[in-house]
Amino acid sequence: MAKQYPLKIIAFTCYNCAYAAADLAGSMRLSYHPAVSIVGIPCTGAVEPAVILNAFEQGIDGVFVAGCLDGECHYKTGNLHARERVRQLRGDLERIGLEPERLEMFQLSAAMGSRFAELVNEFVERIYTLGPSPVRPGLDCGGRKK
Amino acid sequence: MIVAEQKSFKEIVEYLRGKYDLLIVPCMSCTAVCFAGGVQQGEELASALRIHCKMHGDGLNCTVRPVTRQCDPEFIEELTGEVAQADSILSLACGVGVQFLAERYPDKAVIPALNTSFAGGKTAPGIWEERCSLCGNCVLHVTGGICPITRCAKGLLNGPCGGSEQGRCEIDPNLPCAWQLIINRMNGLGRLEELLAFQCPKDWSTGNAGGLRRLVREDLRLK
Amino acid sequence: MSGGSRLRQVLESGAFAVTCEIGPPKGALVNTLREKARLVRDYVHAANVTDCQTAVVHLSSIAAAVHLQSEGVEAVAQMTCRDRNRIAIQSDLLGAYSLGIGNLLCLTGDHQRFGNHPQAKNVFDLDSIQLVDMVRGMQDEGLFQCGEPIRAGAPQFFLGAVANPFADPFEFRVLRLEKKVNAGARFIQTQSVFDLERFRRFMEMVRARGLHHRCYILPGVSPVRSIRAVEYIRDRVPGLTIPDQIVERMRAATDPAREGVEIALELIAGLREIEGVAGVHIMAIAWEQVIPELVQRAGLGSKL
Ligand code: SF4
Ligand code: SF4
Repeated sequence: MAKQYPLKIIAFTCYNCAYAAADLAGSMRLSYHPAVSIVGIPCTGAVEPAVILNAFEQGIDGVFVAGCLDGECHYKTGNLHARERVRQLRGDLERIGLEPERLEMFQLSAAMGSRFAELVNEFVERIYTLGPSPVRPGLDCGGRKK
Repeated sequence: MIVAEQKSFKEIVEYLRGKYDLLIVPCMSCTAVCFAGGVQQGEELASALRIHCKMHGDGLNCTVRPVTRQCDPEFIEELTGEVAQADSILSLACGVGVQFLAERYPDKAVIPALNTSFAGGKTAPGIWEERCSLCGNCVLHVTGGICPITRCAKGLLNGPCGGSEQGRCEIDPNLPCAWQLIINRMNGLGRLEELLAFQCPKDWSTGNAGGLRRLVREDLRLK
Repeated sequence: MSGGSRLRQVLESGAFAVTCEIGPPKGALVNTLREKARLVRDYVHAANVTDCQTAVVHLSSIAAAVHLQSEGVEAVAQMTCRDRNRIAIQSDLLGAYSLGIGNLLCLTGDHQRFGNHPQAKNVFDLDSIQLVDMVRGMQDEGLFQCGEPIRAGAPQFFLGAVANPFADPFEFRVLRLEKKVNAGARFIQTQSVFDLERFRRFMEMVRARGLHHRCYILPGVSPVRSIRAVEYIRDRVPGLTIPDQIVERMRAATDPAREGVEIALELIAGLREIEGVAGVHIMAIAWEQVIPELVQRAGLGSKL
């Protein structure tokens, strides 16, 4: 794994599945890459596209949303909505000029601790290959150049 | 309601070339309900524009300021302060809202972010369909509550054309034949024979072929 | 003033009428059109000229009708509602009548979606029934559609309309025919009949409402040349189906063109026996050469 530069990755994980899987990975003493900041949420259906875009705007290198398996969502279809939104957003990213691969949707159960660690490591590897985000947070985009 | 759809990001970026201080104005009425021009879409668009600018080194300052109803002078009046700070306005309202903004703020460039599609409603989540062509002279009482002007591809008033097949319109098998719907409905109401009555040529003078249409209600005017 | 209709005389005399269809060219050269006219001249009572059929630009129907008549073939000009509003239609009809055209067929017209200008804005200011009624008003009452009198000579067309007994909803098709007759249609040409059974049922309903006494019905007959043509009509022409039995016969035929003629002859024979059928309308799309043979072998009055 080439680690020439520090990465920032956000994972929006659902409390009912992926967040618990991350926890399980911890208790199983499985290590996964520290570049990932895990944000717990009650349902992936609650992740608004604007929030994800905002993360990219701040210069984040990658984002993944991890929700329940099909049919397991505690709010019935939140995970399906999330998956559809991610699909849509990947298209938006492409149109904006960012690699769509920087955004991903995963589906897990609470019991899949080792799978979670694996997915994180694969995703980190993918982002390393893509390189750092071309959105430079330092660059001011604030209005008329006076 | 008015149903609209966002223009492509590329097109919007094109229109914003040379602009620096942008006021993005979502509308919280029709276009919000069809997920094209509400607060969320305004925020997303602002974010997308900022990402684009950071990647390309363009200086564009985006402020989002929603308005309850852009087709109403009272509501757009509230924008005066923000508009003063901006050199251009990106409206997420229908064409009416865009024009009301342009009329109220004549020294700013007002840019439409949406294509205004039609007057219709949601038939299923994620699907909207046209229902009315705003002809100004409604005939729904004779057609069982189904508009042939809008929903028949030929706008026929006296029954189906010769291309109606198994309930589908001849121009697109995904479209129901409006006249089949009308006949089914009138049949169900026991009123089929009424469709035998000749509908004379429509008076289109209330339609949009005569330039701007205006409605005056004296009782509501302040004198 | 000119115009007059031999087709009307033939039908009124009770003779079995034969009309056919000739498509104008997609250009300004009319030698082929005139050739086709000479070909059918002695075999039909009148020939329809289509008005930008399938929404593809062709030489104008009225101009083509004039060419036909100068070759001695009586024309039935077709007028659709797709491309003209009520002003243009009335104007063109005055023009057509002044040029000696005496038969008029009113249609709604095919939608432009499948034509060669799908980006066009359509008109459909009137529908076919309103068109028939408008022309009737011009002739019988001497009034333009707006109600103003026509002072410089009203046209007197033999006025026709179309019916498609094979489109849906089937029960409404006869009511729609009745609306056309009420509006003033004197003759009716139908979509091509392949399904005799369904057409018989349609005619039963027509007779039940007494419509065969109020108009002349000329069912359409289309000789088909190949299995491809059959499949095209079956799958692509909206509001038209072909029974499997005919498809099978065409597929099995060693000489499909011959078989197509045989089928057409059988259809004509079948149609002649139906009470209320006043003639046939032969639509030999791009195969006008077959018309003389069909007419002769069907025993339809050749020189008229
Ligand atoms: S008839 Fe006119 S007003 Fe009524 S629904 Fe149709 S287009 Fe709208
Ligand atoms: S098929 Fe039905 S909806 Fe379509 S044009 Fe014909 S009558 Fe209208």
